[in-house]
Amino acid sequence: MRLVKHRLFWPAAALVTLLIVNVVANPNFARITVRDGQLYGALIDILRQSAPLMLVALGMTLVIATRGIDLSVGAVMAVSGAVALTIIDSPSSNPNSLGTVLIAIVVAVLVALVLGAWNGFLVSVLGIQPIIATLVLMLAGRGAALLITDGFITTVNSDPLSFIASGYLLILPFAFFVWLAFVIIVGVIERRTALGMLTEAVGINPEASRLAGVRSRGIIWTAYIASGTLAGIAGVIYAANIKAADANAAGYLIELYAILAVVLGGTSLMGGKFSIAGTVIGVLTVQALDSTILFLGVPPAQSPVFFAVVVILVVLVQSPRVHRWGRSVGARFRHSDGEADAPSSPERQKEVAR
Amino acid sequence: MDEARPLVELTGTTVRFGATVALDHVDFRMFPGEVHSLMGENGAGKSTLIKALTGALTPDAGTLILDGEARAFHGPHDAQEAGISTVYQEIDLLPNLSIAENILLGREPRRLGMIDGRAMRERARVILHDLGLDLDPAAPLGTHSLAVQQLVAIARAISRDLKVLVLDEPTSSLDLDEVAELFRVIRDLKERGVAILFVSHFLDQVYEICDRITVLRDGALVGEYLTTELLRIDLVQKMLGREASFFKARERVEEAIGSEVAFLSARDLSSGAGIVGANVDVAEGEVLGLAGLLGSGRTELARALTGVDRPDAGIIRIEGEAHALDTPRQALSLGVVYSSENRRSEGLVGDMSIAENIALALQAQRGALRPLSATKVRELATSWVEALDIRPADVDVPVRNLSGGNQQKVMLARLLAISPRFIVLDEPTRGIDVGAKVEIQNLVGEMADNGLSVVFISAELEEVLRVGDRVAILRDGHIVETVASADVDVDSLMALVARPDLPEA
Ligand SMILES: Nc1ncnc2c1ncn2[C@@H]1O[C@H](COP(=O)(O)OP(=O)(O)OP(=O)(O)O)[C@@H](O)[C@H]1O
Ligand SMILES: [Mg+2]
Repeated sequence: MRLVKHRLFWPAAALVTLLIVNVVANPNFARITVRDGQLYGALIDILRQSAPLMLVALGMTLVIATRGIDLSVGAVMAVSGAVALTIIDSPSSNPNSLGTVLIAIVVAVLVALVLGAWNGFLVSVLGIQPIIATLVLMLAGRGAALLITDGFITTVNSDPLSFIASGYLLILPFAFFVWLAFVIIVGVIERRTALGMLTEAVGINPEASRLAGVRSRGIIWTAYIASGTLAGIAGVIYAANIKAADANAAGYLIELYAILAVVLGGTSLMGGKFSIAGTVIGVLTVQALDSTILFLGVPPAQSPVFFAVVVILVVLVQSPRVHRWGRSVGARFRHSDGEADAPSSPERQKEVAR
Repeated sequence: MDEARPLVELTGTTVRFGATVALDHVDFRMFPGEVHSLMGENGAGKSTLIKALTGALTPDAGTLILDGEARAFHGPHDAQEAGISTVYQEIDLLPNLSIAENILLGREPRRLGMIDGRAMRERARVILHDLGLDLDPAAPLGTHSLAVQQLVAIARAISRDLKVLVLDEPTSSLDLDEVAELFRVIRDLKERGVAILFVSHFLDQVYEICDRITVLRDGALVGEYLTTELLRIDLVQKMLGREASFFKARERVEEAIGSEVAFLSARDLSSGAGIVGANVDVAEGEVLGLAGLLGSGRTELARALTGVDRPDAGIIRIEGEAHALDTPRQALSLGVVYSSENRRSEGLVGDMSIAENIALALQAQRGALRPLSATKVRELATSWVEALDIRPADVDVPVRNLSGGNQQKVMLARLLAISPRFIVLDEPTRGIDVGAKVEIQNLVGEMADNGLSVVFISAELEEVLRVGDRVAILRDGHIVETVASADVDVDSLMALVARPDLPEA
């Protein structure tokens, strides 16, 4: 019973159910093969492919905790991919030199950081509504990315770059370690310092936090900077994966998937309390669903519908109201010949009282 | 009064929240045409009983009989349909809608299926007029003070076909005139046979308007009494289960002080439309009371002194040195703090625990990079929970679940935790029970004895006089006079507060 009460129980249950459904539908899903001391298989692919969404969703979690939203993450990915590949592709540099690739990545991520800072400026200093503030970059960003690549899809063949997306470290994909590292870094920064608690306070009650002396402006700004920076890294990984900077496809609709993952992980869009572990589970759920569609061979034309149906199911499974309903149906069933009015559980009252 | 049959009757009502028993087999009844008061300490279960009556929560056990018929409400809507209307303790209106929309929400007049805006404003105007209020029904509610919002909530509740009207601390932010207006409305309704449940921590008001009193203590029923047969002192004894503690008179700072010895001194302070050219001096260890009618600028002055609103003009000196107090943060770093009258929107962080709420200001001051350890936070919170007798004593409970009075104490604890030097308490005893009220008044005295400068705002003049060494009187945004508390009594202070500006004779 304690376990069921944990706030991550239902998100985790949804993920596990999804994986089980996959295995039952096709036992190959669970198969992991070892080649050259490296692991391969559908599950490993999920870990590898979730890197961009994971990074974006991490940033989105922080922004949502402040009662905001960052719609520009996809566009920021496009810009950072374009910057990185343009540097690697420049005539004066050697695409296979590790130094070049590192410089390209650092510059690309710095550009993304500046874009995040711009969003943060609009929201925290000018007080523009987050949706509108980040919409500016969402619309303008891809145009800027196209400008950077001169309107072409820049392609490169760079071994160090490709390694980021498809290389292996020990037995697991490098991209997995990248996102794991950032989950840990963000988790430590938020929870080992007071930043997470102050972010939640600002998200729950901005005015009370201001009166208590919280630097709300700085905290909101930090969240958007983190979101931009993480989207920049995601952009580099995405570009490394397709070996190209595609201003239109990079991070297309990723803002929506990121929001979905954050919500599946149990963080409320109303701001306030957030859970990084929840977001990790949310992202893996979204990614697993994506693989399911491929794995079950759902035709491309129907895959959005399939996706939507599963998302609705997952959200329903997590809804407290559905839980109550389930319990009361269960109680009625058990008491059907005993008491007419089954006393309702305390949960129900609390919910109604709110 | 028809003694024969109660209009509503609750029997054996039990409500549990997890391990806490908020109500334990409580019986409660109301007769038509009576005003009934529910009395008890903060957290005694008054609001919970009201929620059980109005369908806002389903009790774990108990029956409800309305008009001779057993009922089970499945939500506030059911209760409303049955003629039970409620104004909750925490106002739950929509600040960005107009006053008319708030009053008629859910039953807007329609024409051809569309909401008829003009008819709606007209009807709202009539309802407001009945309440003696002259407000523009088209104005957004959020631009009005808490008191006006409270009156609008009442207007919303009485504009229905009523059998039972429940008012949970309706007068806590009203001043005398508005209370009189509300009482007039209550008496009208009573004539019409409506049963009115009136919850208030003001004994005067209870004795003025109520016919019958039900007392709760720690979630259990103590008894039901006729107001005429219950002495105040007995009532307090029954509520607290012990004698009330006495207000400890302390040595007062009585001479008028100048800016030389003041800890904080403000000159020609102007802020927004509310405050014009105010001069304030508060010495170390002094309590300055602020008295004034609603809208006289008490809160505006408080906010301007503490950096919550940036003053338009004027100088604030702290220990003789001029400082810019442009943000609460700057003010806090100088030890100047403000405790808002509006606990829900400007005070508490509802979803956070008692511990986190108490530690918030201290943590904000240290900055994000120097976190208080979890043990430190708990120690800090536990010591304040003990010092202020906050209930429940479990520091992990979200503050949203606390009763009103305990929320107030959490807010005080948060501010006191940063060891302030100058504190403005805006209505700190609003909604606080008689016992805790004296405790808070004594606490203010102790704080002052420890060298803290206090500005104490309250709509209750008696309290301002009791606690304040001197009292500054505000009228229309001007400090018209500052008097030593020893030189005035409640009546003469009332006269000063209410006196229209006469040309100096
Ligand atoms: N949703 C909730 N969850 C848990 N505990 C609750 C909840 N609501 C109320 N309580 C607890 O129930 C008890 C009774 O609270 P209630 O609000 O009824 O007190 P009250 O008599 O109205 O006090 P006040 O005078 O301060 O308004 C308190 O101990 C409170 O902490
Ligand atoms: Mg209450």
